[in-house]
Amino acid sequence: MAIKEYLTVKEIVGPLLLVEGVEGAKYGELVEVEFPDGSVGLGNVLEVSEDRVLIQSFEETRGLDVANTKIRFRGRGLELGVSRDILGRVFDGLGRPIDGGPEIIPDARLSISGNPINPYARDYPSDFIQTGISAIDGLNPLVRGQKLPIFSGSGLPHSRIAAQIARQSAVLGKEEEFSVVFAAMGITFEEANYFISEFKRTAAIERTVLFVNLADDPAIERIATPRVALTAAEYLAFELGMHVLVILTDMTYYCEALREVSAARKEVPGRRGYPGYLYTDLATIYERAGRIKDERGSITQIPILSMPEDDKTHPIPDLTGYITEGQIILSRELHRRGIYPPIDVLPSLSRLKEKGIGEGKTREDHSNLSNQLFSAYARGKEAKELAVILGEAALSDVDKLYAKFSDEFEDRFVRQGEFENRTIEETLAIGWDLLRMLPRAELKRVKREQIEKYMK
Amino acid sequence: MVEERQAGEIVKVAGPLVVARGLPQPRMYDLVRVGNERLMGEIIELRGDRASIQVYEETGGLGPGDPVYTTGGALSVELGPGLIGSIYDGVQRPLDLIREATGNYIARGVEMPALEREKEWEFVPRRKPGESVSEGDILGVVQETPVVEHRIMVPPGVSGTIEEIMSGGLKVTDVVAVIKDGDRFHNITLSTIWPVRRPRLYKEKIPPKNELVTGQRVIDTFFPVAMGGTACVPGPFGSGKTVIQHEIAKWANADIIIFIGCGERGNEMTEVLLEFPELIDPYSGEPLMKRTVLIANTSNMPVAAREASVYTGITIAEYFRDMGYHVALQADSTSRWAEALREISGRLEEMPGEEGFPAYLGTRLASFYERAGMVKCLGSDERIGSVTVVGAVSPPGGDLSEPVTQATLRVVKVFWGLEDRLAFRRHFPAINWLISYSLYLDEVESQWIKEVNKEFPELRREAMALLQREAELEEIVRLVGIEALSSAERLTMEAARSVREDFLQQNAFDEIDTYTSIKKQFLLLRLVMRFYKEAEKALDAGVDIRELINLPVREDIAQAKFIREENLSEFDELEKRVADSINELIKRASAEEEAAGESAAVVSGSAGADE
Ligand SMILES: Nc1ncnc2c1ncn2[C@@H]1O[C@H](COP(=O)(O)OP(=O)(O)O)[C@@H](O)[C@H]1O
Ligand SMILES: [Mg+2]
Repeated sequence: MAIKEYLTVKEIVGPLLLVEGVEGAKYGELVEVEFPDGSVGLGNVLEVSEDRVLIQSFEETRGLDVANTKIRFRGRGLELGVSRDILGRVFDGLGRPIDGGPEIIPDARLSISGNPINPYARDYPSDFIQTGISAIDGLNPLVRGQKLPIFSGSGLPHSRIAAQIARQSAVLGKEEEFSVVFAAMGITFEEANYFISEFKRTAAIERTVLFVNLADDPAIERIATPRVALTAAEYLAFELGMHVLVILTDMTYYCEALREVSAARKEVPGRRGYPGYLYTDLATIYERAGRIKDERGSITQIPILSMPEDDKTHPIPDLTGYITEGQIILSRELHRRGIYPPIDVLPSLSRLKEKGIGEGKTREDHSNLSNQLFSAYARGKEAKELAVILGEAALSDVDKLYAKFSDEFEDRFVRQGEFENRTIEETLAIGWDLLRMLPRAELKRVKREQIEKYMK
Repeated sequence: MVEERQAGEIVKVAGPLVVARGLPQPRMYDLVRVGNERLMGEIIELRGDRASIQVYEETGGLGPGDPVYTTGGALSVELGPGLIGSIYDGVQRPLDLIREATGNYIARGVEMPALEREKEWEFVPRRKPGESVSEGDILGVVQETPVVEHRIMVPPGVSGTIEEIMSGGLKVTDVVAVIKDGDRFHNITLSTIWPVRRPRLYKEKIPPKNELVTGQRVIDTFFPVAMGGTACVPGPFGSGKTVIQHEIAKWANADIIIFIGCGERGNEMTEVLLEFPELIDPYSGEPLMKRTVLIANTSNMPVAAREASVYTGITIAEYFRDMGYHVALQADSTSRWAEALREISGRLEEMPGEEGFPAYLGTRLASFYERAGMVKCLGSDERIGSVTVVGAVSPPGGDLSEPVTQATLRVVKVFWGLEDRLAFRRHFPAINWLISYSLYLDEVESQWIKEVNKEFPELRREAMALLQREAELEEIVRLVGIEALSSAERLTMEAARSVREDFLQQNAFDEIDTYTSIKKQFLLLRLVMRFYKEAEKALDAGVDIRELINLPVREDIAQAKFIREENLSEFDELEKRVADSINELIKRASAEEEAAGESAAVVSGSAGADE
């Protein structure tokens, strides 16, 4: 098909271009935007109405003008060319190589928007991933095919935790081909470089595909980045049969880019200016995690987002939590007290926990033990809050024990080394050992036989 | 399928909304086919010769000039044998067959009948030629699953004498009977169609009065819902909405379950698909899937079909109600439905109301819940059927003042308010007992008096009062510390804690705890409260509070929720043990008191002597 070129740009507003007199444009179509200086950027069609087409430019619109900008319609949506050779390579946020290596000779060109997985085709994720981190493995375990975000804040060590997970993750009793897809959206060079050197140091780089859109790269481009990355992940998982860990960081910058476009379109804003369709939009990213019946591979997602003002009810963490299968929440308070990893276990959650643990997966007492630790720690924290106001003396004897328990719990169970890789048995053993601080009658969540067996 | 007419053409595409021009005789809510791939859509606005269409599939690749076909019919569902055990998308396309046809991802433009065309069903006639029948009468039945007898009814508006009636193996499109009405002949097929946005007809509504027993203690005992009633369960993410909906789908004493996954997770539907064929219904002894229909329009599936999914679901529910069944429908989550409405409304550039929702949000929600109810069905046999609707609500940031929660609370009769504070402590179900309510309590309590135990209502009131008292005492403790409480108050706190931990808390993932019969709920609550009552007496008799708190029998009370349904007699023994061990303390206390009294007498005697 001949590519049609138009010089009829009528308006440029923020990242948006309105072009008139266009024939045959399609919704979602990829366009080339040729700048007056001859450089070419990409964009796509947001809306078509008769001969008027609204385009979102992935490139900064600085330098564009109404008279000399050329628009070419490409007759298809944005695609990613894939082959096994993408492993070990670095791409920009739209999937173009930026590591100086050769162009990819694709086995297939895949639309980055993907199609929804048929719910009937899904297989329920149930393979426990041992991350070696007690606060995760013991209480909020990660399961292969899960989407489990890290809710963080500026200055908190989410990158170190994500790297530790990537480094230590193992599925018990299984040796299978795995890979990492890493998508950076709007983060700094330093943060991105931290991951890259981590992957290099552990030689994981050969099995990693990186898509990098940094803070000083075009903001609108990052709307495409997670989709490009997930297209690569789907290829690796469901065409090549690999177990893929996808790290998306930072989803907050992604959402801000989306807000920018929405504002430029003068859409009715939802909460805090984010568009009303943010939930649906995020779902089309997060729901691309999972397992599929009769397929070997899987996609496990760890999106990272920084909560503006550490506020969990901000629309970005809020809508994310409504879609993902739990969340790992970091606490500034624990971080200040020097506890690494500063995981706030109570509001954290793994919704796939029950299916991933227990007899034959981890251990038969895992579920009850974790419930007991949760409720004891919760009670201890409440007691400590009371003690802060009224003094230790205002607590009942049992509550004093609980208060002590919660301190020990943070110090021994949650706290661990960045390079400490605990087995699940070690994690559970610490848990049982901590419970010895409490009277037996308080242990209502664990079975008597389990107390006999594990609390020696 | 309805025949299609000539094409109009697209003039505009904006996300799920397409505007077309030149459609012949377009009517509101007519179904259309959009583009060369013939995507499904529905007309939702008409202006001059322009029709706005919400498209149920992804619109990428559509553009001006592409054709649009009208079908002349409204968006409808197919109703007949084969519904049970199915999984449909929001516009009733069978997801299992779609996978067979197009693979693991949902491709566009797939047309597939909802009911299998080739399968033969054994039709057993209940009426004979020459008999006269009218709308709603049952012509015959098909044993669709071991638990569901699918009743084939005379459609609304049809009456006359039976000219001919079949029996034996029939397909869903086959004629089962011919009804003669004057000189008109009606061919009644095994399946029928019904437009989803129109409520199905019934004779009259009657007030709900029987409890829908869900097996969840905090629901059934404290905030019950009646068959034919409406309930909502709002809560922030992770507070347990979906688990509650799944528990109701599993254990409710309804005949038919319709579960709508509306804009939520794909894996949650997978979970149902994997579990329900394995789990056994405590009432029928058959796998749960044999009474269940699933509608899955997950969050990543097209947003317009999400809007349609709740209507698809409730129309199927009404159809089974009309046969005389009690149907329970779960919609998880109605907020996603409302958001779909908002998104389409925004694209139509309608005037936004609160938080961008259209001004008609409240009326749409109300008319959806109004399709619940207990009814006298059409037909001369005085059948009663019901649809109970339980809607999950997902308020942004957990803030209940937002428009969807508020509009819902105005129409539903039961409110289960979930709280993340409880969920963080792993107190599940995280239903806040202080804010939740049920307006069916009176009806349900009269039923308990007849069928469970006449003490039950009073027992419930006492337990509720205890929990309320606890909240007041907690406030005092927060201000001045536990030392400020009297022994009696300390006991109240302990007893309330026992109600919370030993009765309210219920683990959905424990094989026994997941379901509790109403009889066992009564026994368990009586046991928990028995301790309190006996302990109060003991306090009066001078027993030390610490001795009461540390009684070993309290561990047995904590384990009582794990007593199996077939061993309910254990509760009597347990209650006796509670009473005995406290009496023991009382006896010892009064013995000590006597002894103390004597020695005190000696002391004062000697003191007196000293003077
Ligand atoms: N009755 C229950 N028993 C045990 N765990 C529960 C129960 N209800 C909720 N949970 C826990 O809470 C998690 C979140 O529940 P879910 O229903 O998915 O929340 P929501 O739908 O409100 O986001 C579940 O994955 C489970 O771990
Ligand atoms: Mg849910």
